[in-house]
Amino acid sequence: MSEFLEFENVSRFFGDVRAVDGVSLSVKKGEFFSLLGPSGCGKTTLLRILAGFEHPDTGRVLLDGRDITELPPNKRKVNTIFQSYALFPHLTVFENIAFGLRVAHRSRDEIRSEVGAMLKLIQMENQAWKKPDQLSGGQKQRVAIARALVNKPEVLLLDEPLAALDLKLRQRMLIELDIIHDEVGITFLYVTHDQGEAMSLSDRIAVMNCGKVEQMGTPAEIYEAPRSSFVAAFIGDTNFFEGTVSEMIGQEYSRLKIDGFPDVVCFNDKQLRVGGPVFLSIRPEKFRIARDRPPGDCVHNAVAGRVEDVIYLGHSTRYWIRVHDFRIAVHRQHSRFLLDEKAIRWKDEVWISWHADDGFMLERYSESDESLMETPPEALGVSHFQTAAAENNDHQPAK
Amino acid sequence: MKQAHKIKGHELLVTAPSFLWLALLFLIPTFIVFAIAFKPATPLGGIGAGWSLDTLRSLSNPNYPAIIWRTIWLSFATTALCIALAVPTGYFMAKASRKVRQFLLLLIIIPFWTSFLIRIFAWKVLLHPDGPVKRALVFLQLAEESTSLLYNAGTVLLVMVYTYLPFAVLPIYAAAEKFDFRLIEAARDLGAKSLRAFFTVFLPGIRRGLMTAILVVFIPSLGSYVIPDIVGGPNSEMIGNKIAQRTFTDRNLPHASALSAFLTLAVMAPLVAMLFLQGRRGKQAPLIQEDA
Repeated sequence: MSEFLEFENVSRFFGDVRAVDGVSLSVKKGEFFSLLGPSGCGKTTLLRILAGFEHPDTGRVLLDGRDITELPPNKRKVNTIFQSYALFPHLTVFENIAFGLRVAHRSRDEIRSEVGAMLKLIQMENQAWKKPDQLSGGQKQRVAIARALVNKPEVLLLDEPLAALDLKLRQRMLIELDIIHDEVGITFLYVTHDQGEAMSLSDRIAVMNCGKVEQMGTPAEIYEAPRSSFVAAFIGDTNFFEGTVSEMIGQEYSRLKIDGFPDVVCFNDKQLRVGGPVFLSIRPEKFRIARDRPPGDCVHNAVAGRVEDVIYLGHSTRYWIRVHDFRIAVHRQHSRFLLDEKAIRWKDEVWISWHADDGFMLERYSESDESLMETPPEALGVSHFQTAAAENNDHQPAK
Repeated sequence: MKQAHKIKGHELLVTAPSFLWLALLFLIPTFIVFAIAFKPATPLGGIGAGWSLDTLRSLSNPNYPAIIWRTIWLSFATTALCIALAVPTGYFMAKASRKVRQFLLLLIIIPFWTSFLIRIFAWKVLLHPDGPVKRALVFLQLAEESTSLLYNAGTVLLVMVYTYLPFAVLPIYAAAEKFDFRLIEAARDLGAKSLRAFFTVFLPGIRRGLMTAILVVFIPSLGSYVIPDIVGGPNSEMIGNKIAQRTFTDRNLPHASALSAFLTLAVMAPLVAMLFLQGRRGKQAPLIQEDA
């Protein structure tokens, strides 16, 4: 598939603020692409540049090979679903959906049949004559989707479309959005601060921070192989270690020396030399936790620690394990079949172990991590990736 | 709504002062005006005993249709021009930054610091045959030396628009300020040109402000008396002038009352029509926004 939508070195400054700073990215036709990042990272500005509400200070935007940078919003074959839905309050559901078709001077019969089809798609045929203020949040959302889709845009822009909905409704709308994407087959550009939404819907994600794209890839790539500490911490939850390479073990592995922590072995995919600085990220669910020392080999790490905290989360339990100077977050799924020992409790002495491949070396430790701490509460604690992150400030090295 | 019924006694107590005010100073006087219209006039300018329909018959004065017609078209034209000027003003004020907005608001309010009468006399000075406007127009060869800028219906219209414009701007601005401009973006996004978005989304969005503006301009316009009296001539008399003339010159109070009653009914008509229209929309929205 060729590139369908391209941003070429796009920047937008507001005074001294670089809202979007030299972003280049490309989206394939039919793709569900997400822009993910904390508030103020520039993702919405980028979306507004594509919609035509903002003019980029540098760079250009190409849609299907045509430069659309100078086109006004009404000339672009893109439609937006606004965060506030922006339904026209004086028009009925039917008239709202028909707005774009009426502007395009389509015939009365055409409008009736196309709006009818949309109403059917969003399952609101019997609410067509209601005004927006008579609808629930989820219904407004669906009308906003229909109003945009009825124009058959080349790209559908979604600006945090689920942010105003409660958790249950959000989960339902996620599924509906996914179904709609499969049904209409057009390109979706989805802006969100909720990595749960982005991970579950997207074909690819661009993680943005401070106006720049930190990393772009499939959800699995971004989760399993984050390039920076920002991505590692923003997408899910992680333990950070900072150290130096002390010894090479074979071609692929190296031993790291970390202040205040036992030496660890990790996969060295960055071709680091002895003495080179390393930032290591290990996801809490990669650890295994046991009372007895696990049988080790050179690619397994095992360290002894003491349980400082146990947080029951329903689908899993989160342990805080003190290992020398570090507090390590460990997630453990509940499994009834492995009740080989009595439950691990507070103050128990335990061993945590992980495979060398499960530790992931980051290219850099983002300076902007402080900004992550300022992520507003609503940006956290929705999906299970983040529930734990909201409770504790564990984005920072657990020192 | 149900709760409102429960606390009705309490509500009555709270509304009593304003209700009393309305009854004493509006309802009863209006009723008296209507009643006097059915009384005979005495030659000394008093009100005779008994009841009579003479006054109502005298309303068929052949001069009146022209005056009533002029009153109505001048009021309509004033309203239309005020709205046409106030809507863009309100739009740009609502979109402007806070500082600019406050400055513009101040500019709109400043004329109120000067007495209404003085401002109208100022127009008389400006438009005087030897006044600056006339001279400028003659100099630019836009007007003949003989044309009069004063004492015609056009001048009355100009000064009425000038006088009532702030009353149109304020409610429209108040509504525009609350308007969600993202709706215009949404309309643009759906393919509408700026002008179309303005007419199909912005105007309906400030509907209530528009209605308030129309009412507060149209109703006082119908009753204008001072403006046509000062800058108008015998050919630009409005019904208000006739009422004054009957009261002060002819000393025929029943006749003046009949004209007033007619004017009151004429004012009520658009109000009732608008109430009816709003009622049909199925909304219990107030006719005039509290914050307007």
